[in-house]
Amino acid sequence: MLKGQAFKFGDSISTDLIVPGRLLHLRSNLPELAKHVLEDADPTFAGRVHKGDFVVGGKNFGLGSSREHAPLVIKMAGVSAIIAKSVARIFFRNAINVGLPVLICDTDGINDGDELEVDLEEGNIRDLTSGLEVGFAPIPEIMLRILDEGGLVPYIRKYGDFVLPKS
Amino acid sequence: MGQTLAEKILTARADTEARAGHIVVARVDLAFVQDTTGPLTVRQFSEAGLPLHNPEKTAMFIDHSAPSPAKELSNDHVFMRKFAAETGAKLSDIGEGVCHQLVAESWAKPGDVIVGADSHTVTAGALGAFATGMGSTDVAVAMALGKTWLRVPETMRIRANGKWPKGVYSKDLILYLIGMIGADGATYKSLEFTGEAVTAMSMSQRLTIANMAVEAGAKVGLFPSDAVTQSYLREHGRGELFVPLAPDADADYESTTDIDVSRLEPTVSKPHTVDNTALAKDLKGVKIEQVFIGTCTNGRLEDLALVAGMMKGKKHHPRTRLVVAPASQKILLAAIEKGYITTLVEAGATVVPPGCAACLGVHQGVLGNGESCLSTANRNFKGRMGNPESFVYLASPATAAATALRGEITDPREVL
Repeated sequence: MLKGQAFKFGDSISTDLIVPGRLLHLRSNLPELAKHVLEDADPTFAGRVHKGDFVVGGKNFGLGSSREHAPLVIKMAGVSAIIAKSVARIFFRNAINVGLPVLICDTDGINDGDELEVDLEEGNIRDLTSGLEVGFAPIPEIMLRILDEGGLVPYIRKYGDFVLPKS
Repeated sequence: MGQTLAEKILTARADTEARAGHIVVARVDLAFVQDTTGPLTVRQFSEAGLPLHNPEKTAMFIDHSAPSPAKELSNDHVFMRKFAAETGAKLSDIGEGVCHQLVAESWAKPGDVIVGADSHTVTAGALGAFATGMGSTDVAVAMALGKTWLRVPETMRIRANGKWPKGVYSKDLILYLIGMIGADGATYKSLEFTGEAVTAMSMSQRLTIANMAVEAGAKVGLFPSDAVTQSYLREHGRGELFVPLAPDADADYESTTDIDVSRLEPTVSKPHTVDNTALAKDLKGVKIEQVFIGTCTNGRLEDLALVAGMMKGKKHHPRTRLVVAPASQKILLAAIEKGYITTLVEAGATVVPPGCAACLGVHQGVLGNGESCLSTANRNFKGRMGNPESFVYLASPATAAATALRGEITDPREVL
């Protein structure tokens, strides 16, 4: 069970808004880069987010560049999951690969600052502030296994190869 | 039931019948990184603790901040060069060009599966390769295992027919398409391009379209492999690698969109999203401080020839700086030989080395507060060119040249 506060963002939060190209020189210094997480979307975010909180987006979250540093610094900021209406393809894989859950559901009913409770097993999100309950789309099984191991590197260290579920 | 291009390629590389929705593990013909994603890839690769599957199928490109503008980035480059020297992975160093252009010139062939730690890896779809962008860790694992897992995408067929009108290019077609379906209109899908207008397109024009497939969210942007593919491979000394590739007539498409290119007009993406499109003629009067011509989208010889032709004997508008970055060393040399570079420099252009240059906001043309750039690149997100207080418009090289001459967004048909 995950519990934390919602930080609400709009549609089309690009990886340029999460970690802009002008900070390219910090990519091999992740703790420093993490101080700027989502800075161009909300300059106050990095200072306000606490361990366990949620980034809640609209449509097409994480579009743009393949930079894995984007989900990585969101995770380093303490965020326990990203919740969005839809997520760009590369960002989705990257988030799972660094062990950050991505939950797809209608986020219109979740407001900035709401207290959320997420049950990854049951597949639902409870908004404790508004009382709203919403289910999220199931994560494909191969990604669940990667997530279970904490990311793709620990997954590969354990299995040594991709293990496809029996169809 | 027949197969789409994506299903055909993945069936061959996964040794199992690949149908939309299946999850397959496919052999990888090339895994590559560039200097913004490479250092993390190397660290993840080392962490995974496996050897390199095949150095001959692993490439590292130093193109995004090349030559380096900062010591931290120089150290990233040192780190990448060291890894390449130790493992035998192929290294392309500063000045050689943008990874996607070099992959097209020297690596990609029809039927390949290519994974690159760069979203514009889709560019090689123009040669009939299932080429897709991934993050550092996915590519690190592909480097170690020689394979990757993929969900076989559903396919949206784009059928382009009609004759290309004057002043309209493949860039206008892809901007029009993204404007129509939206920046997430093809998320997780394969975009497959067919039709007589596609057959008539040069490889240079096809690469522009495949490059921007990801701006509609697509996993791949695929073209059939035909006579144009064959002559492109031959031109680059790789003719023997040609194989014809086409979708089956009875393939199953999620949707089919018909576009009559004869009705297209010069198109521009306005700040701050690629799908925010308008016609160039309707943006007359929008003042532009910088025109940037280059990148993996539109920095090829055909583009430079067009721009040089339009600017010959003229000067750029005094308000508008003109920055030109050829996409590869091969292109730069050919452009020198043909006199295009002389023409552009005489027109007042600043020619920068082959590489990504100003596109991603690190160097060689970062914008000032309130400034606007019209660029031939593929992305105009807020902050993309290094300053969230600036504005980026995207268009074809012809629209860029016309705009450089007039100092405001200009429909190229007024100048051609």
